[in-house]
Order: sequence, then structure tokens, then C-alpha cells
Amino acid sequence: MSDTVLYAVFPYLAILVAVGGGVYRYRANRFSYSTLSSQLLENRRLFWGSVPWHYGIVVVLLAHLVGFLIPGLWANLTSNPGTLYTVELIGFTFGLAALVGLCVLIFRRFTTERILSVTSPMDGVLLLALLVQVALGFYVSLAYRWGADWYVDTAVPWLISLVSLNPQTHFVSSLPLPVRLHMLNGFVVIALFPFSRLVHLIMFPFWYLWRPYQLQIRNTVRPAAGGAGH
Amino acid sequence: MDIRAQVSMVFHLDKCIGCHTCSIACKNIWTDRKGTEYMYWNNVETKPGTGYPTRWEDQNHYKGGWVVDGKREKRLRLRLQGKWGTLGNIFYNPNLPQLDDYFEPWTYDYQNLFTAPLTEKQPTARAISMVTGKYMDTIEAGPNWDDDLGGSQVYANNDPNFDGASEEEMRQINEINSTVFFYLPRICNHCLNPGCVAACPQGALYKRGEDGVVLVSQERCRAWRMCVSGCPYKKTYFNWSTGKAEKCILCYPRLESGQPPACFHSCVGRIRYIGLVLYDADLIEETAKAPQDQLVMAQRNIIKDPFDPAVIASARANGVPDSKIDAAQKSPVYQFVKKFGIALPLHPEFRTLPMLFYVPPLGPVLAKVENGVYDNVASEARLGPLMSSLDRSRIPLRYMASLLSGGNEEIIRDVYRKMVAVRVYMRSKKVKDIPAEEVERALQLGKTTPAEVEAIWRLTSMPTFEERFVVPPMERETAVDSLFPVLDPVSRNYPIRKGAVGVGFHTDPARGP
Ligand code: SF4
Ligand code: SF4
Repeated sequence: MSDTVLYAVFPYLAILVAVGGGVYRYRANRFSYSTLSSQLLENRRLFWGSVPWHYGIVVVLLAHLVGFLIPGLWANLTSNPGTLYTVELIGFTFGLAALVGLCVLIFRRFTTERILSVTSPMDGVLLLALLVQVALGFYVSLAYRWGADWYVDTAVPWLISLVSLNPQTHFVSSLPLPVRLHMLNGFVVIALFPFSRLVHLIMFPFWYLWRPYQLQIRNTVRPAAGGAGH
Repeated sequence: MDIRAQVSMVFHLDKCIGCHTCSIACKNIWTDRKGTEYMYWNNVETKPGTGYPTRWEDQNHYKGGWVVDGKREKRLRLRLQGKWGTLGNIFYNPNLPQLDDYFEPWTYDYQNLFTAPLTEKQPTARAISMVTGKYMDTIEAGPNWDDDLGGSQVYANNDPNFDGASEEEMRQINEINSTVFFYLPRICNHCLNPGCVAACPQGALYKRGEDGVVLVSQERCRAWRMCVSGCPYKKTYFNWSTGKAEKCILCYPRLESGQPPACFHSCVGRIRYIGLVLYDADLIEETAKAPQDQLVMAQRNIIKDPFDPAVIASARANGVPDSKIDAAQKSPVYQFVKKFGIALPLHPEFRTLPMLFYVPPLGPVLAKVENGVYDNVASEARLGPLMSSLDRSRIPLRYMASLLSGGNEEIIRDVYRKMVAVRVYMRSKKVKDIPAEEVERALQLGKTTPAEVEAIWRLTSMPTFEERFVVPPMERETAVDSLFPVLDPVSRNYPIRKGAVGVGFHTDPARGP
């Protein structure tokens, strides 16, 4: 019963909150969609925190995503010991970078006077949830080796069962506690998405690569015979 | 030809008295909110001096604006970084100015003056940071810290325009500093090739098609902070409280109703002119790529004659209403920049094609004290030595060239000669103490005519409000028409973002409970 609540109901709720809340916030208060950068106020520590954190977490998240999206290929990759070592090593390195970066960011946020003045309670909650998440993930990767391998046989089928609206909790319900906490806390982070600065995540401006440099916008529609514009 | 309308400005530096009324007018209207205290969309700095933010002109440090390079084909690229570089540096912008490059804003603990217990000593109002709310023991910088050189030559010597000056030149400069300086009021230049717009990966900054005002959409900005670095004039700022970029909006709500921006309206020295120019958007890239010493000429060339029928036809085809074409024909900016050719862009070598032009300060070059005698223009044979003395003028030509012509001293000399001609000619008319042949020579050297001199004089010293500010009201009623069919069948998908412009934002109007 509690398994159903934890591994079948809660994830749906978290995603519902994230999507519903995100869309609502985008429509009702688009102004608030911001990374809320504090670089203007403090620069040096930010470098040692933000750079390792972001690059670390992006790679780790992508690895999670690839395993989930193309489990066949992933399983193939990790069945070869050589590649498995490499994948684990990469994961370890970037996971460590993310963890260290996050610690620097937390330290920075709560010890720099100027940064404290732009810190909201939600920032604290979010940082705590992220710290728990990354630390758990890091611990799992150390304590239960070859996670890149067993991930495709446990969490991935569970996630796929969630996506296909046919939740199968047995894939994960008997995993060790730290692993299960990592999964659940992951959904806590997802649920925090619309209430925090995490919203900047889906705003990453890839299209800049295709856009012309200059941008012109008119309030009026120009007449049909209009010349070429940007 | 792709003619568009651009609202454009001229500041006449000889007339600026450095009173900062413009800065205060702007601050009181736009930047007295939390997170904007440190911003001066309009600031007035003392030159020579380091400016605001400190040494903003030093692009080796701040990496603003554009550079032209490329082996086979000349390419225009942001000095900051390429597009991939922007995405790679998005988590940490290596070239972002820090709050301390501007200053940490503060207020005072005035309450203490009333509530302090009775003691021998007078109570003080200590400074309180407007960022942290904590007491500040030492204030190390503030707005206009080096105003009027701040009582020291430290600031003048650090002016980036003196980089590479010889020891001898520095000695001269220091001598000069003890006697002369001038003011440089600065706002956003609403450039034709803005670095801020190009640097923003989100596309939050844009040039408004109707009049070329450069704005930040507050709803699109996600605080990637690249615009702050991309602008070589450091005229985009970051609001640390809301997490949004903000910049001079040229008081567009005032512009739209036909009023000049607040800093223009309040200017005590009446140094400011605003008007429309018609420019050829097809020439933007070519102009921005011009060789450095040709940039001023190229920029004059991109501005087209508003009386030329071909120009008018192209403007009409682009939807420029007749009211704007009419205004462009009466534009004081067109007079100063194109007809008289005495207003120059600030640091054209940044290649953003700034649309704010400066008439350089002539300064009191025409008089000096020698042997206790005040040598004014009434003494014999003065014009010859005085004209050649331009090279020894108290504000060195080279310095002005570094500021206003991309290093081309010839342009500065031409402008000064014309301005001297105006002085000599008008004096000969009003005081009648200059022989006719000298007036003639001044006119020749200045490559000008009595008619033009009179026109310059009139627009410099006697212009009416309506002559200084020629801004037709925006035809907002046509904007309303375009609100409903969001997809225009002919021009196809013209992005309409009414309500998403500039500072502030709208939510849909709701009615009833
Ligand atoms: S001066 Fe204004 S328009 Fe030009 S780059 Fe800077 S902010 Fe942009
Ligand atoms: S108000 Fe006019 S005269 Fe006074 S500082 Fe500003 S630009 Fe100069």
C-alpha cells in the first residue's frame, strides 16, 4: 500500500505540480521566470561554485536521461566492462564536481553578506533538497557499485512503467533505502520546480545559435509592401 | 535601400555645465526602486576621468562592442565571445562588471539624529548600505566620485583614452588638468548595431521597429547577464533584486506622446537635441565594418537625406508614417550630424553605430593670460596663432580624437575649425572688432559659409523648445489595429509583443470579481 503511494502516486503528483505550476506561473507571472543571478554582487566564489555545479549536474542528468530514453543502447554500452568503467568514472568525476560546486554555492550563499540580502527561504529549501539529492546519488554510486548497469534494470523500467501509465512499483520497492530515498527526493526536487528559481532550467536559450544577432520588433504591423527586415 | 526611422540625439558639450539635473530627473522617475539604486541610466562624468563604471572605455578589460577581423573576408564579431561561447559561459560570465565597479549604494541612518541619547558629542547619521542594510564604515566610491576631477589627478591619469600616452604627453596633460576639464553626459546611445541586443541569448533585448529605441523585455529576460558585457558603453544594467536587465528606455512613454525624455526636458544647459533621422538598414553591416578612421564618415553616410524622394518612398514602403518623415526633415540632429557635420559619435570604434552624437567642447581656447594681460580676441594678429593653436589647445586633439572619431584627428580639427569660424564670424557681427579678411580666412579654414555659420549659431545658442525637440507622437492607434490579427496574412507572423516592452509589465485586464 505505502509502496503504491510512494512509487506510483507521489511521482504523478510531483509531475502534475511541476507541469501545472510551471505553466500557471509562466502565464500568470512570466516576469518571475529568472535565474535570479547574483553574480553582480559576488563574483569569485560564484566561479568556484557555479561552474563545477552546473557542468557536473548537466552531465549527470544527461546520463540519467540517456539511460531512461534509450535503455537498450545504454545496457549494451555498460555490458562491456571497459565502457562500464569509463562511464562510471565519468559519472563519478562529474558527480563529484557537482557536489563540490553545490557545497561552495551553499557556503557562498549563507556567508556572503550581499548574497544573504538576496536569499529567500525557498532558496534554502531548494539548496537543501539539492544537497540531499546529490549527496545521496554520490553515496549510492560509491556504496552500490556499477549503478550505470543496474539502473537500467530497476529504476528505468519503473520510470517507463510510470510514463506508460501502468506503474510497476516492484521494480524499485525492494532496492536499498539510500537508492529509494534518492529516487523519491528526485521527485521532491521536481515538485519544487515551479516554486523556486529552478524554472530557469527549461529556459536554456539554445535557439540563440540560429538567431540573427539583431532583433527588431514593431508594435504595428508594417504594410504589405514592406521591405526586407530582420 | 531599406529606410527606417531612428530617434537620435545630439549633446552639445560646450554648453554642459555639469549640474547633473539630467541624472536626477532620470533617477527620480526610473531608478529609485530596489535593485536599481546603483544605476544611472543618465550619468554625467568629468573628462578626463575614469567614468562610470570605472574605466568603462577599456574594452580590453570589459570586452564590450564589436571587432572586425578574419583573414579572407572581414567579419564582424562580438568582442565578448561567439554564440557557443555565450552558451558555455552562461553559468558564469567572466566579463561581468561587479557592483564595486559602479559603487555600493547607500543611505544614512537619519533616525539616529533624533533618537541618539544626549551626550557631549553630536550624533551622526552613519551610512547604511542599500544592498545589505548594514552600516558601511568607509565609503570608497559613489556616483560621480571623480566629479570635477575629485580634487585629484588620480582619476584623470587613469582615463583609458590616455593609454599609450608618452611621459611628455602625460606631463602636458597634468598641466592641462590643473586648468581644464569638461563634462560628458551619457545615456544609452540606442545604437543601430547594438552590442547588448546581439549578446543576449534569450532575445530579450530588441530594437523597436518604429523608432529604433532599444528596450529590454522584462518578461523575456532570464538574467543571463550577457547584455551588460556586450554593451561597450556599459549602459545596460542588472537589477540585482528582480534579476532582470534594465536600461535607458529613452522615456518612451513620453516620446510616444510627443514629449522629449525627462533628461532632455530638464537639461539646464539646454545642450540636448532630439529628433528623427532616416537611415538605410541595408548599410548597417558595411558601416560597422568600415576602417577605424573612416567610421565617422561611414556613420554620416548611413543617415540619408529626408528630402530625397527615393528615401521618402522607401521609408513609406517600410511603414514610416508621414508625421515621422516630416519630423525627420525638421530634425536638429540631421542638421548637426549631416549638414553641419560637427556632431560626432562617442567611441565609434566600438562599432555599435551609436545614435547619440556629441559636439566636442571647444573650451576657452581663444583667451589666455600672458604677463598679467588678459589676451582676448581683440588683440592684433590673433587669428593666425589662435587657429594654429588648435594643436596646442587645452584639450588635446588627440584626446578628443580618441573619444569621438576613432583616433582620426583630422575630423576633430575640421569640426573645431568650423566652430572657431562660428565664433569669429559672430563676434565680427556682434562686437565688430575683427577685420573682414580674418573672418574670411576663418570661414575658409572652417570650410563654411556665413549662412551655415548663422544656422549653427542659431541652433546652438537660440533654439526654441520646438527646435531642440522634434518628436512626433507615436501613432499608437495603428498599434491597436494590429493587436487582433496576430498573424498578419501578408507580412506573415510579425511578432507582436505589446505589453511586454521596457520596464513594467501587464497582466490581462480583468473585470468584476
Ligand atoms: S549604448 Fe545602448 S543600444 Fe548601444 S549597445 Fe549599449 S545598451 Fe545597447
Ligand atoms: S542637465 Fe544638461 S547641463 Fe546639466 S549636467 Fe545634464 S546635460 Fe549637462
